[in-house]
Amino acid sequence: MSSLSSVTLATLAKDIRLEWRSKDAINSMLFFSLLVVVIFSFSFDPTAEESREIAGGLIWVAFLFAAVVALNQTWARELRNQVLDAYRVSPAPATALFVAKALGNFFLVSVLEGLMAPLFAIFYNLRAVGPAWQLIPLAALGTWALVVNGTFFAAMSLRTRSREIMLPLLLFPISIPAVQSMVEATRLILSGDGSARFWIVLLLTYDVVFTTACLALFETVLQAE
Amino acid sequence: MPVTDAIAQSLPIIAVSNLIKQFGRFAALRGVDAEFCVGKFYVILGDNGAGKTTLLRALAGLAHPTRGTISIQGKTPQEACRKIGYMAHPSLLYDEMSGIENLRYFARLYDIAGDERCEEVIRAVGLDPEMARAVGQYSQGMRQRMSLARAILHDPKILLLDEPFSNVDVHSAREMVGLLKGMRDAGKTILVVTHQAALLEGVADEFVWMQSGQIVERTREPGGEHSGAGTR
Repeated sequence: MSSLSSVTLATLAKDIRLEWRSKDAINSMLFFSLLVVVIFSFSFDPTAEESREIAGGLIWVAFLFAAVVALNQTWARELRNQVLDAYRVSPAPATALFVAKALGNFFLVSVLEGLMAPLFAIFYNLRAVGPAWQLIPLAALGTWALVVNGTFFAAMSLRTRSREIMLPLLLFPISIPAVQSMVEATRLILSGDGSARFWIVLLLTYDVVFTTACLALFETVLQAE
Repeated sequence: MPVTDAIAQSLPIIAVSNLIKQFGRFAALRGVDAEFCVGKFYVILGDNGAGKTTLLRALAGLAHPTRGTISIQGKTPQEACRKIGYMAHPSLLYDEMSGIENLRYFARLYDIAGDERCEEVIRAVGLDPEMARAVGQYSQGMRQRMSLARAILHDPKILLLDEPFSNVDVHSAREMVGLLKGMRDAGKTILVVTHQAALLEGVADEFVWMQSGQIVERTREPGGEHSGAGTR
């Protein structure tokens, strides 16, 4: 096994083990998303049709805000005892650390989505009129779009004094095209008003471009003082 | 000592030339020039803020020089990272994992397979590899030893140790000194930043005194011209 994949797997396994022991990120994300579902379900009383129109925005914005919690936690762990320095002085490739962190965050946010999606469906009386299977690739591409940039910007804001504030300030504006694609595609799939293909392809393009850019720039971010 | 060994030991493994490190307008290092030879034990002394830790971090490749060069046998610290073992003041360990779990992870970063080497270094620093407790529950002294185990895990030629004996009891500190002496005798180059110079008397080959970001004196004994401060 190459050093890249071996270090990626070791780092991913270590992060999942640490999260399993502390459950810091998953508990905060679940609690936050649950609050969003409950509060909005009490605030609005939409018909089934209205739900299909607004659910896309509601779901993805809830996941975006919840993901920020996980993204901050991922790197906060590396700051305690300055463990990141141990990685920086090692010959392990920077890319491996980035990929492992992004995959770890993808796994966490996917678990959150898996747990919360049925609740959204129940609370908002959702049923897809369009091709429901398209929600699976859409969720995968959308989640990757959130975590790849989120992992990168969380690393970038790591050494800033107010990193919890910095991350949303950097992440949200750059996520607008991705969020718009996710919301529109979800709305079209749920309402059956048309094909979501354009938005899914746009999301795929976004993922490819930003994954490439993050991989290319991460070493600079990691070695910055 | 055979002649070839003597020649090898007189060769510098680290060469620092006109090293300047600035943090904004503050200059932590102001033109450090130094050579450190193979198989020698150096103790870096000086007051707080003298630039000792910054020098060590620069040698480890963690602080990028503003000006000047660092050469580790002709390579930059980043290129020579497999030759360098670095122990910082913080432990550089995950508090939620046990000692062996920490070392298993760091071993993967150096392509070290299997548990044998991890267990060997944990025993070498006087700890039990079977200990299941998380590092966060270790005493400060045990954490320091585990931190040393992490630094020597990949058998580096150069050891850069920042305050390795702080919060360690005298008996354990002497054991750590004995271990370091054995490593020096095996040909490793060791640079230790400490305020506890007395512990290393008779073991260290040279005491390097720093003041205001510069090396001001190098002596064979801990009692140099600048020994009034920075040691206890």
